[in-house]
Amino acid sequence: MAELSLHNLVKRYGNTEVLHGIDLTVTDGEFIVFVGPSGCGKSTTLRMIAGLEEISGGEIRIDGRVVNNLEPKERDIAMVFQNYAIYPHMSVRKNIAFGLRSSKMPKADKAKRVEEVADFLEMTEYLERKPAALSGGQRQRVAIGRAMVRDPALFLFDEPLSNLDAQLRTQMRLEIKKLHQRVGSTIVFVTHDQVEAMTMADRIVIMKDGHIQQVGTPEDVYRNPANTFVARFIGAPSMNMISADATASGIVLPGGASIAKAATQGPVTLGIRPDDLRPVGGDGLLTGTVAVTEPLGPETLIYVDTPAGEMIAKASGRTPPLVGEQVHLDADIADLHIFDRASGLAIR
Amino acid sequence: MTATDIRPTTAATLDTKAPRKPRNMGQIIRWLLLFGGGILMVMPIAYMISTSLKWPWEVYNVNLIPEEPTLENYIYVLEDGRFYWWFVNSMIVATLTTISALFFDSLVGYTLCKFKFPGRTLVFIAILSTLMIPTEMLVIPWYLMSQSFGWLDTYWGIMFPGLMTAFGVFLMKQFFESVPDDFIEAARIDGLNEFQIWWSVAMPLVRPALAALAIFVFLGNWTAFLWPLIVTNSTDMYTLPVGLAGFGDEADVAWELIMTGAAISTIPTLVVFLIFQRFIIRGVVMAGLKG
Ligand SMILES: Nc1ncnc2c1ncn2[C@@H]1O[C@H](COP(=O)(O)OP(=O)(O)OP(=O)(O)O)[C@@H](O)[C@H]1O
Ligand SMILES: [Mg+2]
Repeated sequence: MAELSLHNLVKRYGNTEVLHGIDLTVTDGEFIVFVGPSGCGKSTTLRMIAGLEEISGGEIRIDGRVVNNLEPKERDIAMVFQNYAIYPHMSVRKNIAFGLRSSKMPKADKAKRVEEVADFLEMTEYLERKPAALSGGQRQRVAIGRAMVRDPALFLFDEPLSNLDAQLRTQMRLEIKKLHQRVGSTIVFVTHDQVEAMTMADRIVIMKDGHIQQVGTPEDVYRNPANTFVARFIGAPSMNMISADATASGIVLPGGASIAKAATQGPVTLGIRPDDLRPVGGDGLLTGTVAVTEPLGPETLIYVDTPAGEMIAKASGRTPPLVGEQVHLDADIADLHIFDRASGLAIR
Repeated sequence: MTATDIRPTTAATLDTKAPRKPRNMGQIIRWLLLFGGGILMVMPIAYMISTSLKWPWEVYNVNLIPEEPTLENYIYVLEDGRFYWWFVNSMIVATLTTISALFFDSLVGYTLCKFKFPGRTLVFIAILSTLMIPTEMLVIPWYLMSQSFGWLDTYWGIMFPGLMTAFGVFLMKQFFESVPDDFIEAARIDGLNEFQIWWSVAMPLVRPALAALAIFVFLGNWTAFLWPLIVTNSTDMYTLPVGLAGFGDEADVAWELIMTGAAISTIPTLVVFLIFQRFIIRGVVMAGLKG
């Protein structure tokens, strides 16, 4: 159980600054997911929280205590690595017990604790095996076990699922969520997979180039992205972006349609999620020809060439438009996102 | 295109029918070279054993099979008390040196590999450059040093130059490169201190390298001749190679006895090799990382 707070956290390697002042407060028991493209500084932030990387500026507090100069072991944290990092020369039991090595617990209690953790992870029958004889998912479970066994205040995960295949990833995602519900610890989880972020997080932290772009619940960052980067990064397929001009009378789209919704004037970017863009019988916002269709079962994605560029829209799976057909696309005005084109910031 | 495609297929089919038939001249030459190399390797050993089974009068005959084989030499050598002492001396020196070299070489190699500190490369280059200085050039400074410290004719005097080896540091540093930092960081988070991490996480992962180094160092010290010859005075302090070289009296070198001693002294090296080679062949299982 712990509250974690980062104040103006800065990281420099030599003269290059890779984190430019991160501010974040994670409340006790919260599941926070850091997400962002490769190289944006997610791992660096996590490693600074863990104490594996020196802090160039700012402050990290765990439960109100400044931990900047504490060793990793003094921070009451546990970390699970992308490559599992379980020791090949030790059995599963020894690997899990390894997390307790420096604890003062009596030996019998330690053994019991290992059994409990193994039981929770359904790894009891594998306790005597060496990692070489385990599957990828089982190895990752051992790594989680080693982290759990100490009952740390704060769990740190650095892309723990990225080496697993799609099916196993979905399963482990669920198990980590269950783990969180059961032990109630604070969790900071790093991933570059926005689906993982959306499904697991209480709150998502979206990062880019060493800056936080937005912090919010999955619902929040999906519904109200703070800028075009977040808008495009969250949600699959990505949000359609249309360059348009806002005038006093409304926003004029390429192709001529206009919307009577403008809180601003000047060049704007109009964002519409593929989910919200549907083929309609009448006029709609945009008109174009279907270039490609991707049937997904209940629905079909259609890629439409319009005067505003290629748009992705969703059509019903039963009677999708055919390739080459002309379609009109429309969206609810409430579902449109408007961004300032120069700064990329959302206009609300 | 089709024509050239067919040929290798046909050749492959023929091969499976007559797998033992040499494919071409190249292969025959390769076999001959290997065979010749094998003979070259084995002959000295064969002669060592053969000579140890000969009577003195037959020693200078080149025949490989003794005319009158005898175990007399073995009995003589084993009954001669000096041989035991030399054997024990060699055993002590080689074992302690091996333990020390394994410990310090891997400690220094690990430090140079996994810790970033100013001057790291310089230290590494300095250690490596000592490899370029031949033993023959070092024995005089070693001797003078031993003399002034009173180390002449002691175990310590025989051992000190080999307690840490530049080659071993280099070898271990290279092997520690293959130990992922994740293992080390995970252990750091689990609360181990740096020495414990080295000992209980990093060392088990480089076991094959340790085994190889153990064999090298042990053999090197077991067969070392020049320095032990120079630093020891009393017959009691001789190591096996030094003692054996002096077998026989001043005028006549008793080859049959030297060869007998040499034959016996290969036994420990074989044992060491058989013990450690197991680890080398098994190799590192990096299963703790992603599959
Ligand atoms: N030791 C280092 N020296 C210099 N720059 C570094 C070092 N380690 C990381 N960086 C830089 O810091 C930035 C952030 O790296 P970080 O590993 O935190 O990215 P990430 O968000 O975790 O990316 P990924 O999704 O690929 O893991 C990158 O631009 C990287 O090049
Ligand atoms: Mg990373």
